[in-house]
Amino acid sequence: MKMQNKPVGRGWVNWKTKHGKPAFRRLYAALSVVTCLSFACVLLFMVSALPPFGDPGNPAFNEVPRKYIEEGVQDTGALNIVAGMILDYRAFDTFAEACVLFTAAAAVLILLRSDGPLSAFDSLIQEMEDPRPNVILMQTASLLVPIILLFGCYVILNGHLSPGGGFSGGAILGAALILYASAYGTKRARRFIHYNVLRRTIALCLYFYALAKGYAFYAGANGIDAGIPKGTPGALFSAGLIPLLNIAVGLAVACVVYLFYILFSTGEFR
Amino acid sequence: MGVRLLTNYYETASVILFSIGFATLFLHRNLIKKIIGLNIAETAVYLYFVAKGYITGRAAPIIAGGIQEADAYVNPVPTGLILTGIVISVSVTAFALALIVKIYKQYETLDLDEIMILAGKEEEG
Repeated sequence: MKMQNKPVGRGWVNWKTKHGKPAFRRLYAALSVVTCLSFACVLLFMVSALPPFGDPGNPAFNEVPRKYIEEGVQDTGALNIVAGMILDYRAFDTFAEACVLFTAAAAVLILLRSDGPLSAFDSLIQEMEDPRPNVILMQTASLLVPIILLFGCYVILNGHLSPGGGFSGGAILGAALILYASAYGTKRARRFIHYNVLRRTIALCLYFYALAKGYAFYAGANGIDAGIPKGTPGALFSAGLIPLLNIAVGLAVACVVYLFYILFSTGEFR
Repeated sequence: MGVRLLTNYYETASVILFSIGFATLFLHRNLIKKIIGLNIAETAVYLYFVAKGYITGRAAPIIAGGIQEADAYVNPVPTGLILTGIVISVSVTAFALALIVKIYKQYETLDLDEIMILAGKEEEG
């Protein structure tokens, strides 16, 4: 009896259940619209004070991009300035970025791993795991998956010569794996990409990246010749460590993307 | 002032897009729609950065034909920064969606208000 008279919930929830949700919601919506509009107005004032779009005298174009463009090829050996920048000048930043991706995969794994007895939700998901085979999807996938995989490899391997690189190529590879898994079911995909393979590939790629770039930075900072040939700029095997680092990053990204798909679609990790 | 808003149309569009994402984050009670709003706002920031790096009439920063003058290419720095941003936003989105899956398993709803009421009841009882 006492429990029934007792109000439920905390302060504002209480107020809302008593005085009706609509009033609170209207006030909240009005306040948030006003906040967003005033925020947009402040930002638009800022935009009107910016230098014109596409102007060569833009203050963002200072000595930093100038040095990257003028000396990038001699320093890194990569024709793609952005690749040379993120995998040579600022390689540890990119390493931390790959680690953030790895940490996110680990966090999703911890949250979605199902151990213990299956709940109703889990068994419903398991029924959906391997849906009825869809002929159109399977035929299209069998045509497209090899081409997409090849294109992903091309983008990764030419990362230092043309637009692309480890992150974009890895996302393409991951997309091909997801297409395969959604057409043929994750059970069949598990035959050649087991969870352990994914896990070990990600860890190995990160280890390789850390050791290779750590060595290069240590040697460079102490004036030791690292013994990494730069090659002729423009050749496929050139630019020192950059193609290898691109491959490491690409494999790690492909595995993380596919791991996200598996975990969200089946919630299992065995 | 108004003229600059029209010349800087990429930046103007990104500010409007950012406000749309921000408003979505505030106004929707569905958790997944909140994540969509967050992603729209992030995309607006990428558009802003890449627009700031662009210089009219110059090529993408990939050395072609041995031309290595700084005045031939656009600014490569914002592109490199945004590459980092995209990866972080993917990680944050995946983590948030995993949390939402857990919340849905616990409360069987995605409505934030209902979740708050249910959580309040749980705390009381």
